[in-house]
Formats: sequence, structure tokens, C-alpha cells
Amino acid sequence: MTISLDDVHRIAHLARIEIDATEAEEVRAKLDAIFGLINELNAIDTAGVVPMAHAQDVALPLREDRVTETDRHRLYQGVAPAVEDGLYLVPKVIE
Amino acid sequence: MMTSSLADLSRALAERRLSSVELTQAVLERIARINPTLNAFVTIDAEHALADARAADARRAGGEAGPLNGIPIAHKDVLMTAGLRTTCGSRMLENFVAPYDAHVVAGLKRAGTVLIGKTNMDEFAMGSSNETSYFGTVKNPWNVACVPGGSSGGSAAAVAARLVPGATGTDTGGSIRQPAAFSGITGLKPTYGICSRYGLIAFASSLDQAGAFGQTAEDCALLLNAMAGHDPRDSTSLDRPAEDYTRLLRARGSPHDGAQPLAQLRIGLPNEYFGAGSDPDVAAALDTALAEFRRLGAKIVNVALPNVNLSVPVYYVIAPAEASSNLSRFDGVRYGHRAAKYDDLADMYKKSRAEGFGAEVKRRILVGTYVLSHGYYDAYYLKAQQVRRLIADDFRRAYEKCDVIMGPTAPSTAFRFGAMTGDPVQMYLNDIFTTAANLTGAPAMSIPCGFDRSGLPIGLQIQGDYFAEAQILDVAHRYQQATDWHQRSPALNV
Repeated sequence: MTISLDDVHRIAHLARIEIDATEAEEVRAKLDAIFGLINELNAIDTAGVVPMAHAQDVALPLREDRVTETDRHRLYQGVAPAVEDGLYLVPKVIE
Repeated sequence: MMTSSLADLSRALAERRLSSVELTQAVLERIARINPTLNAFVTIDAEHALADARAADARRAGGEAGPLNGIPIAHKDVLMTAGLRTTCGSRMLENFVAPYDAHVVAGLKRAGTVLIGKTNMDEFAMGSSNETSYFGTVKNPWNVACVPGGSSGGSAAAVAARLVPGATGTDTGGSIRQPAAFSGITGLKPTYGICSRYGLIAFASSLDQAGAFGQTAEDCALLLNAMAGHDPRDSTSLDRPAEDYTRLLRARGSPHDGAQPLAQLRIGLPNEYFGAGSDPDVAAALDTALAEFRRLGAKIVNVALPNVNLSVPVYYVIAPAEASSNLSRFDGVRYGHRAAKYDDLADMYKKSRAEGFGAEVKRRILVGTYVLSHGYYDAYYLKAQQVRRLIADDFRRAYEKCDVIMGPTAPSTAFRFGAMTGDPVQMYLNDIFTTAANLTGAPAMSIPCGFDRSGLPIGLQIQGDYFAEAQILDVAHRYQQATDWHQRSPALNV
């Protein structure tokens, strides 16, 4: 077994996903099966192999440091759950 | 009319045998009749489609019409469409109206296509059966008790049922090719970087690539012409000279004429694709297809891909890792679902994400979070990237001996609803033949090559080296000129 119930609660917290006690064991069992598949990689000798981060080994392009974007905050905030005076509303975080 | 390929409809429009308004009305009528059974569409925009069609007819009257002008198409609901709901198959984005067009959406709009609507998909493109969609499963038009494949199952079913002549899809681990195989149509995933990912809602950024569905290779080539091209808004979009992906299809003269149009072609067959585990009907259809390619002049050579069977475990480290990062943007603040009740900010994040995401999406976020968490990076993510290199090296060596690589697209034909939902690992192994092309970034397509004993379609996968889209489309086209599997359409008693 790779994944414990403690692992499930730890990573669910890191991922900011609420998982209640009744779901946790089913989630754990399925994740454990997935890691059974993933752990096949442990048997492979990869000493000295350069990791392949990306499909195309190209350098990231740079552009001139000047403003090209127009202000579209109204358009983008039109799809937000709660907005006031151009600001996104969230629960109070500082007392 | 509705059974015609996209390319044939393009010719009918060009010759004024048909107007785009007539075609679009027929498409909308057929969708209204058949979509309730299939659930291929999440959103249908009839009013805008007819306006697009009238504009297309006006352009043609004015003498400004390219080959896609007036052709009705559908977009997978992972691609942003300005002013039109874009759900990604998720409750998270149930009411999200995209503020701008994806690059490929804009390209197809400029080419004059008529946007009919948005197609159903596995939630956030995570699935191989379309069973993870928040908007319900899509039915396979060949047998409504079976899945259409996934994640682009709605697009595949829509083209297979002749609801639209062409559609877009995206392919992160096989999400164009596997549903094309299960639904009996042609689907192309181009080389990574050919189609900009701008406006494609990200799943795994180093693997995601948009592509096309049609009845034929020619249809896919026409669509790709309008989708490809450099875009500075995607830092991984490749700046290469524009290509006409139909050019080899139209080429006349040696070697493309005569009885052996594929006389120069070396087809690589990896032993790894023909072992135990594939359905016997799939293996038999592949044998028959390879005999046809031999008849067309191609030579068969054996190649070895000794690490390709590790593609699925590598994929299930890299894709969830990237997904866990990409999907962190769905926090209930800037867009998407926000829970109705919560205690504080952290609780709002947790409840919004718990309610907004389905079980499969949550599982992949959790797998990705685990492999990227403190102390595990080298053991999982780095290791997977090293094996990814080994797989890419296998293909590089194989292409020293052959021009294209063929095999089955999927180990089986379409399975029944619920057959694999309890066992994610078994579902993941359905992508055994498709994930490698995403890890390497090379182009690959699926074409219909027969049916199993219960009448379900079988797909042949044609993989090519980097930037070999025109070549694999040509190979598929020559096969489709000699066979008629791609012309078969489901009976659909509705």
C-alpha cells in the first residue's frame, strides 16, 4: 500500500478540496490502485537519462518590454461570482 | 446531403448546388431529431449559426469564399467561444460564458465556418468514455448502450452520426484518436505546437493539443489548414512556415498515381502493439488493413519500441501533475462555481472545489498534488520525465527504419456504459496505444478500418515523425480511396 488515509487528508488539504470521512477510504483505495500502476516506473533504470520536460525542446520566446494588453477587467470580471467596484469579493481574511 | 463528407459539401457549396443556409438548416433539423438520443451537444446556438450561414452565403456571392466557407462545425466544449457558454463538461464552469475565442476557434471563424454549438466531453478532458461529463454521458451512435470514447466523445459522436461534417477536439492522451476509433470516423492530433493552445482550457500543458474530426483524412486536412499557425499568445506555439496540409492529397503524378500510390512508403510495425491483450476482432481488422497497404505498394518493416508500454504510467504522473497546477485556478473567486455556504476563505476554496469538480477530476488533482509534494518530486515527476525521454528515443530510432508507424488505436472496440467506471486503472489502460504520441509530441491519427462481430467500428492508428501531418494524412487518404470503411454510417433508428 502506497497511499494511507493520512496521505489522502494531507494532499486533499494541499489541493484545497474538501473530502469527508465517508469518501476518504474510497478515494484512498482508488489512488492506491493508480499508484500501483505508476510504481511500475520504479523498476526502470534511468541513471544518466536527461529528463524530457517538453515535447519540443525550444527556447521560450521573449518579447519587448512594453504594454500590449488593453484594459479588459470589466469583461473578465463579468464572469466572476462576486465583484464590487472592480474588486473580487472574498470572505474577510484579516480581523 | 447529410451523409456527405466535409470535402464533398465544400465542393457542393463552391458549385452553388447548395447554400450554407440550406445546409445549416438541415444540420439543425437533424440535430434536433437525433441529439436527444445521443447527448453529443451541450450547447446549440441555432440563431447565431443561421446568421453565420447567411454571412457565409453573402461572402460567396461576393466572391470571397475559401474551402471551409459556410461549412457547419462544432467545437469541443474545452475551447473558448466568445459570448457562448464554455463548460469543459464540468459543474465548475456550468454557467461560464467565454470572454474571448480560442486561437483555433478564431481561425476556423476566419475561414468562414458556421458554428453550430459545443460538444459534450469528459470533465476537463479527463476520461476515455465520456462518462465523467457533468452533462451526462454521450451515446455511441453505432450502439447506444456503448460509450463513444473520450474525452472528445461528443465531437466524435456528432460527426459519426452525421450531425455535423466536422468538429474540433483536443488530445492529451488519446482524446481525439480513441473516440474517433470507437465512433468509426477519422481524427487527427497534430504535432505539439502546431495549433496554439490559447483559449484551450488547460489540462496538461505539455501534452494538450487541438485537432480535428471528419469523415475522411481530406476533411481533417481542410480543418487543420484553418487551425494551425503561429500564435505569440501561446509560448509553445511553433513559428514555422505555413503549410497546406491537403497538398499531398491533391498531388498528381508519380508516386501518387497508379495502382501502387504508396510504393515508397515503409510502414513500421512495433511488436509491442501486436501482443496479447488486444481483442481478436481488432487484430484481424488490422491484418486486413495492413494487407491493403501492401497492395497499395507499402513495405512493412518491424520496429522495436521497448519502452512504449511504460507510456501509461508515465502519462499518469505527468498529466495529473500538470493538471493539479492548472486546475488550481478554479478557486471560486475569478470565475466558475462558488459554494453557497462556507466558514472562511480556505473553506470557500475547499467547498467550491469539492462541489464543482467530479470524482475523476478530483482523483487526478490528488495524484498530481501527491507526486509534486515535498520529497516526492524526484521519485515520481523527474523519473517520469526520464522515462518519457526513453520512449521518445525509441520512436527516434524507429523512424530511422520506417516512415510511419501503424497499429490499433485502442485495444478493444467501444465498451458498455459502466464497464470500467469502478476501476480507473483499467480505464487508463485503454489509452495504451495513444499516450506515447502525446509524450513525444509527434502527430498521430485514427482512421476506420473495419467492424467487430457486434458491428462496432475499429480504428487504425497512423503515427508519424514530427511535422509529418501532411504525410500521414496522405497515407490515410490513399487507404480511404481504396476502401469504404470511412463511408459507413450508423443506422440510428430515431
